[in-house]
Amino acid sequence: MKTDYVIQAENLTKLFGDFAAVNRISFHVKAGEIFGFLGANGAGKTTAMKMLIGISTPSSGRATVAGFDVYKETEAIKKNIGYMSQKFALYDDLTVKENISFYGGIYGLSKKAVKEKSHKLIEELNLQAVSNSLVGGLPLGWKQKLAFSVALLHDPKIVFLDEPTGGVDPITRRQFWEMIYKAAHKGTTIFVTTHYMDEAEYCDRVSIMVNGKIEALDTPKRLKAHYKTDTMNEVFLKLARG
Amino acid sequence: MKKFIGFVKKEFFHIYRDKRSLFILFGMPIAQILLFGFAITNEINHVDIAILDQSNDVTTKEIINNIAASKHFNIVDVLQDETAIETVFKKGKIKAVLQFENMFAKNITKEAQANVQILTDATDPNMANTISNYITSILKKQQQDINNGAFTPYQIIPQSRMVYNAELKSVYMFVPGVMTVILMLVSAMMTSISITREKEQGTMEILLVSPLKPYQVIAGKVFPYIFLSVINAMAIVLLSIFVFKVPVNGSLFFLALESVLFIITSLVLGILISTIAATQQTAMMISLMGLMLPTILLSGFIFPISSMPLPLQAISNIIPAKWFIVIVKGIMLKGIGLGFLLKETLILLAMTLIYLGISVKKYKIRLE
Repeated sequence: MKTDYVIQAENLTKLFGDFAAVNRISFHVKAGEIFGFLGANGAGKTTAMKMLIGISTPSSGRATVAGFDVYKETEAIKKNIGYMSQKFALYDDLTVKENISFYGGIYGLSKKAVKEKSHKLIEELNLQAVSNSLVGGLPLGWKQKLAFSVALLHDPKIVFLDEPTGGVDPITRRQFWEMIYKAAHKGTTIFVTTHYMDEAEYCDRVSIMVNGKIEALDTPKRLKAHYKTDTMNEVFLKLARG
Repeated sequence: MKKFIGFVKKEFFHIYRDKRSLFILFGMPIAQILLFGFAITNEINHVDIAILDQSNDVTTKEIINNIAASKHFNIVDVLQDETAIETVFKKGKIKAVLQFENMFAKNITKEAQANVQILTDATDPNMANTISNYITSILKKQQQDINNGAFTPYQIIPQSRMVYNAELKSVYMFVPGVMTVILMLVSAMMTSISITREKEQGTMEILLVSPLKPYQVIAGKVFPYIFLSVINAMAIVLLSIFVFKVPVNGSLFFLALESVLFIITSLVLGILISTIAATQQTAMMISLMGLMLPTILLSGFIFPISSMPLPLQAISNIIPAKWFIVIVKGIMLKGIGLGFLLKETLILLAMTLIYLGISVKKYKIRLE
């Protein structure tokens, strides 16, 4: 296995009884890449992602994340990744600042580092006016950006985003993708699952999962050429319908 | 350790900002102990009664004076004939009527026997029973006074004495019970709700993906409630000592140790519930139906276990509260130590370990 890949999976499999939720998937993700992980509901995206972020043990196959083994070195993996779920899991009854310092704290950042980072982050997101307000009262788009920034707080090598744009309007989604580009530009690898096929176009490479298997993996441009369509939507429908 | 402190701080923010949990944590214990101590009581005080004295002689006067002098009864009405009895009962204010037969004093001296009737309003059967017992005891005392000096052969007078709670104060009964219920409520229900809230919000997932280990997450969630439960237990004991004058005959330190054990038992139950329940609502329902109801009904707090049907008696054995109430009563009222309470303590300890084992197993399964 080459070392400039930050995620490597070989025949990674997860069985629930006889059912293979994830069936021998193999793929590599390069450092600094925006990797789109697509698939219909129930295709096995979330299960695959859970194995990579160290909260579910694979049934068989091999995988490393940030150079650490998903069987034995989950603690090291957790220190090196950021994670944001579709629920933008922030604490509604804590203020913006408190949320930042809480998440900074559990990743072991020093008080000083937390202070500096939260100051910078609040400035970047233009949240000065609400930095001492409870997160529960913020608009969804703000929460989403805050959640993403919090996931990046400890400068992880890889950020896993599980359907990060669910339920927000197109303008906010657009702004959110700009943040993703910015992070990728700084060298952070982005591993993102999404339902929105227009978002798939923003990715450097995408994989499409159908029934636990990766059926296609390439750049959006080449996938469209291969399936002779103009949109990723068509590519997805062709694959998903078999 | 630094991570842990940050985590605990966050938990206190949650508790402090949620008015409902603040109320449950601090309002409930005080309200409950005061309610049970003052309002809900088995004792009777200042009950209104009426007298129908058809004899009107020295002896009946003396008896009536004795009753009027006791703090249990207020004589508010003196009736003239039997037809009035029904009327006063119907008005509802008067709970009992004491009716002396004609020539009461004369009958005692001549026939060595006189009749007095106690009529009680049994729409509240417990109360009627208690009133009747109180009046009977006053009459018995009178009888002894009359007999004193007179020749009365072969009289057996049973003397019962209530030990540990000589005045039969119901607050002695309720303090251990309320303490148990409160600790169960705060520890089990509040923790299970606060853990399932993290699941519901999706923050639990984030915590599990963070470098925090699962046991650190749970310990961080549970710790504030240990602290608050200890404060609650202290408040209840202080209230009962200073407001209700319940004695603590045994060692306060031992009481504190046993309370911490029971708090941990309840916390573990709370964790167990949170591994089963997916939402806060479910967690609350399971805590209320599965823990609070048995704790109140089957622990011997309100209803004596010995008078329950056998199957319920068997079930009561698996309720931690039953054993804790025995322990608290033992320490507070009887003043006994570990020597006499070893069995109960070990049972609680064993229960805690068993529940902990199940929770750890369940928690792992859920992570998969």
